[in-house]
Amino acid sequence: MGIGFLMSNIMTGLTLDLLCMQILTGIALGSIYALLALGLCLIFGMLTVVNFAHGAFFMVGAFLGVYFLGLTGSFWFSLLVVPLITGVMGLFTERFLVRPMYGRGIDYPLLLTFGLSYVLIELTRIIFGIEGMPSITPEGLTGSVNVGFGYFPKYRLFLIAATAVIILCIWLFIQKTRYGLIIKAGSRDQEILKVLGVDIAKVWLLVFAVGTAIAGLSGILASPTRSVNPEMGIPILAESFVVTVVGGMGSPVGAVVAGLLVGIVYSMTSLFAPDLAELSIFVVMAVVLIIRPQGLFGKAGLMG
Amino acid sequence: MSRKLNTNSQRRKLLIGGAAVATTPFWFNIAKAQTAPIKIGFPTPLTGAFSAEAQDQARAAELAIKEFNEAGGFNGRKAELLVRDDKLNPGEAATRTLELIEKDKVDYVVGSLSAATQLSINAVCKERKVIFNSISQSDAINEVKDWSIYTFHEALNPTMTAGAVARYAIPRFGKKIVFLTADYAYGHEMVRAFERAGKKMGATTLADIRHPLGAADYSAFLPRIKALNPDILVLCNFGRDLVNSAKQCTDFGLKNSMKIVTPVLLYTARQAGGPEAFEGIMGGTSYYWGLEDRIPSAKIFNDRFRKAYGGAVPSDYGALGYSGIRSILQAIKNAKSTDTPKVITALEQLKYDWYKGPEYYRKCDHQAVQSVILIDSKSKNMKDKYDVFNILQIDPTSEENMRSCAELGFKV
Repeated sequence: MGIGFLMSNIMTGLTLDLLCMQILTGIALGSIYALLALGLCLIFGMLTVVNFAHGAFFMVGAFLGVYFLGLTGSFWFSLLVVPLITGVMGLFTERFLVRPMYGRGIDYPLLLTFGLSYVLIELTRIIFGIEGMPSITPEGLTGSVNVGFGYFPKYRLFLIAATAVIILCIWLFIQKTRYGLIIKAGSRDQEILKVLGVDIAKVWLLVFAVGTAIAGLSGILASPTRSVNPEMGIPILAESFVVTVVGGMGSPVGAVVAGLLVGIVYSMTSLFAPDLAELSIFVVMAVVLIIRPQGLFGKAGLMG
Repeated sequence: MSRKLNTNSQRRKLLIGGAAVATTPFWFNIAKAQTAPIKIGFPTPLTGAFSAEAQDQARAAELAIKEFNEAGGFNGRKAELLVRDDKLNPGEAATRTLELIEKDKVDYVVGSLSAATQLSINAVCKERKVIFNSISQSDAINEVKDWSIYTFHEALNPTMTAGAVARYAIPRFGKKIVFLTADYAYGHEMVRAFERAGKKMGATTLADIRHPLGAADYSAFLPRIKALNPDILVLCNFGRDLVNSAKQCTDFGLKNSMKIVTPVLLYTARQAGGPEAFEGIMGGTSYYWGLEDRIPSAKIFNDRFRKAYGGAVPSDYGALGYSGIRSILQAIKNAKSTDTPKVITALEQLKYDWYKGPEYYRKCDHQAVQSVILIDSKSKNMKDKYDVFNILQIDPTSEENMRSCAELGFKV
């Protein structure tokens, strides 16, 4: 039984509605990838830190989200407070753990954050238990709605919209504010910033916190679509790295575009050859690396 | 040169003398064996996608140990449970089992919670000639290739459970079937068993869609399933995978056009997923605490579990942990010995009713012959948080719906 058989098998039932549905599903999947990759690449672009604890912050965000939702009954309150908490965690991580690593090789902070991710997972197991928590879809967003070519879950539509809003906010922050200008300048030439009298340490602190805040926010946003458990950040971290590599390390635009692309590729492969879906995103990465080693929107030589 | 030789031989004498003093007298070793605890190793995936089920297995197993010890043990020897986390990884499971046998010197092994890990645990136990009572589903473990005289299978197998679900569901809901399958031994065996039973009733498979074990998102598979428009969608997955896929199928509105069934409808998954996600889903199980209305041993077991764990009820796989341990401990008493060959004979002769009605181990493959309970998930009129399933039907204890010994490759 080869791919040909699978293709012919599906072709008989292939309609435009099904294709549209599959693409929409892919965009919803890709939204989470895009958000996570955006956080990763902000941190990498500015600090050249490969944050291996990003998946763990995502997981912590999901747990805190479900916890506060249970406590207060308000999804919107959780949506506000969770990124604040993971952001503050990010502040402490940068100030006390990552900062002493600056000036050493790129693998120092990488190994440190890798270790940190295991600490966060174990702490979550101790505090919330190893089996995880039942996730709740916020009221008003349960069930599905007719989108013209079929029924699609309301929450996933909300997820796409929320992601768009968040990405727009971050874009405005980077493009239109003074801080954004400093961040942009900092990712190109940090020496000049120092010469101009900008306290680069503060910018690093802020960027790291923004990155982890976005990770936490992605966690709570993703939680109603999947089960919340201590290991949930591990596979998605690998997928987010694929997205950042495809988009180009350190490129926010690349992260968003590649996130959506990977989501859609995964979804379309699931339609034609479900067995290969998991593999497909790595094939995309391999192809991009062969044709454009710096990624779709990346600048060459950042890792050097 | 000669001087050196001399000191060497002196040192050797000294060593021999020391060894003689260090060696404990023969009778002392026997005395120690009679008071040393009976050790049972218990590898199970405490962390990972099946952690909720695994924790309950360990809890219920402890209960069986406690009961045995409170009843005085065996000739004054108490039992001890050594729980190890196999992380749902066959390699890890083999390593932990080997450690339990070699380092911790366990007498027997009970446990596992995956069709894949139990085969690796079984392989280790088989090689070391240690009894292994598996409490997780598998068809392969009954087959002559993997089986050994040391292998016992307390859990149901896919042929029994998926078969029972197919026989119940196909006449009621229809013959066009789609499978959403976890891509490993468990999923494959469930599909095979469901199809085997379905074939006799004229069922056809429209698609068998495979997903990786432990996948978080199933949404990409769902539009296609909807478009295929089957009568029945069979979720051949377990633990968190079952929770996630049931939840996402509900979100995508699949239940409006098809019936969702699952060979093993887990109590723990239903608790984790909530009533909406599982509304209307039917499936099979080895045990549901609600059996206590009609089966006295279920009532006794539930009450003991409630007393030990603050009013909580045992889950299906939890009950298997209890039963798997209790059978071995009873066999020791019946055999009046902890010797492996004698315990094996005692297990083969055992007729027991620990918690769900009468059971016994079939002679050829040591499969526990037992009933399959068909249930569906409640979303209304629940008395309390434990009241989650309706019992639809009980498939009685019989060898009729199992593969025959000859089919499994045993010479009869």
